[in-house]
Amino acid sequence: MGSTLRIVNGRVHDPANGVDGKTRDICIKDGKIVKSVPPKTKCVDAKGMVVMPGGVDIHCHIAGAKANIARKLQPDDHRRDIHRRMELEKINTRSGTGGTVPSTFTTGYRYATLGYTTAMEAAAPPLLARHTLEELDDTPVIDKGFYILMGNNVLLYKMLQEERHEEIRNAVAWWLNATKSYTTKLVSPGSDEPWKGHRNATITQLNDKIDGFEQLTPRKIITSMVNTVDDLGLPHPVHIHCNNLGHSGNYKTTLETMKAADGRRIHVTHIQFHSYGGKPDGEPTSKAPEIAEYINNNPNITADVGQVMFGKSTSMTADAPLAWMLTRYSNDKRWVNADTECESGCGIIPFAYQERVYTHALQWATGLELFLLSKDPWRMVLSTDHPNGGAFTSYPRLIRTLMDREFRKQQMESVNQRAVAKIKRGHHMEREYTLQEIAIITRAGPARILGLKNKGHLGPGADADITIYDEHEDKELMFSAPRYVIKDGRLIIDNHEFRNNHEGKILHVSPLYDEGIEDVIRPFVEDFYTIRFDNYAVSDHYAPRREVIPTTKQ
Amino acid sequence: MMRVAEKAKSEGNIKIVEDATCTFCGCLCDDMVLTVDVDAKKITKAKNACVLGKALFLNYEEEDRPFALIGGKEATTAEAVEEAAQILANARFPIIYGMSDTTCETQRKAVGLMDMLGGTIDSTTSVCHGPTGMALQGVGESTATLGEIKNRADLVIYWGGNPAESLPRHFARYAVTAKGMYTPNRKKDRTIVNIDVRHTKSVPVADIFIQVKPGADFELLWALRALVKNRHVDPNIEKKTGVSMKTMKDLVERMKNCRYGVLFFGMGLTMTRGRHFNSAAILSLGSDLNEYTHFIATPMRGHGNVTGADTVVAWQTGYPFGVNFSRGYPKFNPGEFTATDMFVRGDADAGLILASDPGSNFTQAAVDHMKKIPMIVLDPKYTHTAKLARVAFTTAHYGINVPGTAYRSDGVPIELRTCLDSKYPSDEEVITAIYRRVEQLLIAKKRSKGANNKRQKAA
Amino acid sequence: MDKTMILVPGRTTKQGVGLIDSKFKKDYREATTTVEINVEDMARLGLEDGCKVKLRSADGVVTVKCTGRRTEDLPPGLMFIAYGPPTSKLMGKDTAASGMPLSKHLEVELKRVS
Repeated sequence: MGSTLRIVNGRVHDPANGVDGKTRDICIKDGKIVKSVPPKTKCVDAKGMVVMPGGVDIHCHIAGAKANIARKLQPDDHRRDIHRRMELEKINTRSGTGGTVPSTFTTGYRYATLGYTTAMEAAAPPLLARHTLEELDDTPVIDKGFYILMGNNVLLYKMLQEERHEEIRNAVAWWLNATKSYTTKLVSPGSDEPWKGHRNATITQLNDKIDGFEQLTPRKIITSMVNTVDDLGLPHPVHIHCNNLGHSGNYKTTLETMKAADGRRIHVTHIQFHSYGGKPDGEPTSKAPEIAEYINNNPNITADVGQVMFGKSTSMTADAPLAWMLTRYSNDKRWVNADTECESGCGIIPFAYQERVYTHALQWATGLELFLLSKDPWRMVLSTDHPNGGAFTSYPRLIRTLMDREFRKQQMESVNQRAVAKIKRGHHMEREYTLQEIAIITRAGPARILGLKNKGHLGPGADADITIYDEHEDKELMFSAPRYVIKDGRLIIDNHEFRNNHEGKILHVSPLYDEGIEDVIRPFVEDFYTIRFDNYAVSDHYAPRREVIPTTKQ
Repeated sequence: MMRVAEKAKSEGNIKIVEDATCTFCGCLCDDMVLTVDVDAKKITKAKNACVLGKALFLNYEEEDRPFALIGGKEATTAEAVEEAAQILANARFPIIYGMSDTTCETQRKAVGLMDMLGGTIDSTTSVCHGPTGMALQGVGESTATLGEIKNRADLVIYWGGNPAESLPRHFARYAVTAKGMYTPNRKKDRTIVNIDVRHTKSVPVADIFIQVKPGADFELLWALRALVKNRHVDPNIEKKTGVSMKTMKDLVERMKNCRYGVLFFGMGLTMTRGRHFNSAAILSLGSDLNEYTHFIATPMRGHGNVTGADTVVAWQTGYPFGVNFSRGYPKFNPGEFTATDMFVRGDADAGLILASDPGSNFTQAAVDHMKKIPMIVLDPKYTHTAKLARVAFTTAHYGINVPGTAYRSDGVPIELRTCLDSKYPSDEEVITAIYRRVEQLLIAKKRSKGANNKRQKAA
Repeated sequence: MDKTMILVPGRTTKQGVGLIDSKFKKDYREATTTVEINVEDMARLGLEDGCKVKLRSADGVVTVKCTGRRTEDLPPGLMFIAYGPPTSKLMGKDTAASGMPLSKHLEVELKRVS
């Protein structure tokens, strides 16, 4: 790039470097933030504006097999939400469609338009990694990575059943390398075997035996993966979608899962969906206080909220039994199930959260409670589990809901009153997030949890991914339309106008492993998969622009 | 990390390429062992290939054909690129069609070309399982990768398809005689049912053959759905479908009581009366059965990378086929933006055919229109479409000369290996060159239009 | 002796192998210009293996060779032919707004020509 840029007069929110609203210059050279640039450098005058690092989405579903089935399934979701092709001075942008599962190009442009510069696709079956990477390569502007589904992996089950822990560590490292992914994801560990192999049965307890693997329980799988990822020193710990998502009374499972980590690092994702009291099959209640308290007191735990936003969503998950259960509550009769051999399940249904529905209003309020009860914004960060709780395009509204007490109260009045009666009286409902806290839960926090040392801050050496907002009373307006967005030092949005296209990179890990593990994986793949072992690993071709994030052991 | 394109052993002029992929059909078998005579530029052996795969590999020869033809006369690739770009840049309603026998890398560029031109893009899906794509939008689906079926399925039903002749290794690799985790005794662990209007070569492997009257598939499917839900079915259904109530009830019991059931369906459903209603009925039947057990309903796809075409077009536009960009954004409308209709109605004023031969396999009325408009074709072979085209490129074979990605019919992406070089350019190279030239032409057009406007204002 | 029959075009191995080699060669032409007819229908219509018949649909006419199939394999009233240029000529052009012309269930009139 070889270019320099200086941002002057802006109020800088850079929590990672302890800067809270001070006016200072930010200097950029060759796509990185530097201490200084020559005096004649081109300036962006950010007077009256707020300067933050670019947003980092720690958990979203934007690319790969399930996102694409969701697109094919729902022309109704995007046919009215068009994204036009633009002819820019230097380059043209691609057209596309939006809705809750936008086409790949539109996904990239719209993240950038919101001031987000990094996003992590949260669930891909390793066998289909090429698909995820091809779509991410067609997702412009932002940097991106993805997590591989390892909680229902049959070969790992066999190894774990025989307590072959050393081999598990090598196999997981092999898989991360073979797929160019970022970390491992557990989705309702243990649930696929009864679903696929036992007439759509489900598993509900962490100590339940798993069909066909008598020595195994979800608890054993969780403990094994927590330890494995920790031992490998991955920048981001294991990313867990706990068992019993959405079920009344599931907060106990969530607490048990967090306790199973036994002090080691775990990231519990879309924890709102896992914070319910009540009897199984009965109405849910909020157990946000219990969950928030546990997280506040246990620094090894990080979480993203998975806030529900009213309106259209798409429920798409590796948790196939959950999607099947949701069909009971959806007015839309379309349902997709998609099994991936030896690795994963998948369920997709179109969904809509409605203010008047008790459960939906309770889910919405539970998410807000988690935000408002969290004492450490670095460890409880923003997500909607896009597009499950709502689309990422609703983040500005969510930010306003957190920052603006009166706005929140107004909304509270317009939803199912029985659902929010108890929550409304809580003292925490008065809390208002500050700009600094927003900067933490939308960029600095996720970047730190992901172990991305060059993201989420504005200190020298950081990637020059920067968003500049006009200060505005209406925070929804403020966060939906940044004045400037800079990616790798390039002005993508310049004075509210989309001016420049850019291709971001794939962020992945490459932990070391003993190559002897291939002799263990190879025969299994050749017997029980349908592609040859030597055709499994993706080549560099699928990630033409990439950055390897080192492990703590490298 | 291993690099897929490099798994080859050489000895003198003989090269062995292991784990190559055959792109003939949607099975996309990736266990080919190819023996290559590098000097003779021939593949002498194709171990593991079926009869179609053997024909593909062993018949391969780099034909000594011109790099391109313009109006039937020999031309260079560069000249043909110029001519093709001129045709496309000057067209008002161009279409790209085909895409099922080329790499995803090419498909991605082709969609970009049409996005820029504001024309239409459609793939062979529209005359294959396009109706199933439409059915999906209405009812969803319960699907699986083929390995899950190999490992678990104990009831496999083929409906309106003849894999023995169109997907020859489907039985052995995936669904009938394949050995899986919970099907160690292969066919003994499965019940195979075949439903068709005629006794095809796929019937002998079946334990049960049900002959349905032509054009009565929908009625049979709907009756089965009703029986699964214990609803009353009018006995006249026997006459209508040619299938006895006893046979239907027996099948329903088998479906409800299996552990992992699969309905594979072919174009006997999508290409006959009912089309997407047939597909929707069978997808719904598969989904309904999940109340009782685990059940899958999934189409069998023909061409090597036709699934890739749907996949790429969907991730780039939100829709699987039949997409038009003339308003500057993607619109989807089967019947309007599908190739047969655009040619039959005479809407298209230029066509680029990418690795397909509609000149041979489209309805006569469509072919008649193709003859009237400037057509561009990219194909390793000389085809009926090439014969009627204004510009015909000779391109290299994907999966033999050209690496890249193809999607198996169940959505598993496979990286193709190469075994021989070709002097001809790849589809991707030609499409990229056309893209660049069209881009220049459109900019020039815009400028001259701007200049004209100024002149008019001045006058 | 005109007779309306249902023609089902489809893939065959021969046709598949033929098209790889060349659509302009004899094997492919042979594979795609032979229609299978139920033997009882053939007897009734006075046809023998190898004789030529004219097939006429609403959209086109072709002349092909015929060959007999047992009733167990192909019921009366139904005919089968491999995909190829002749089936394209007979195929409908209306897609009923689906993109897909009816191509596997063609009503054709059959007439012996030699």
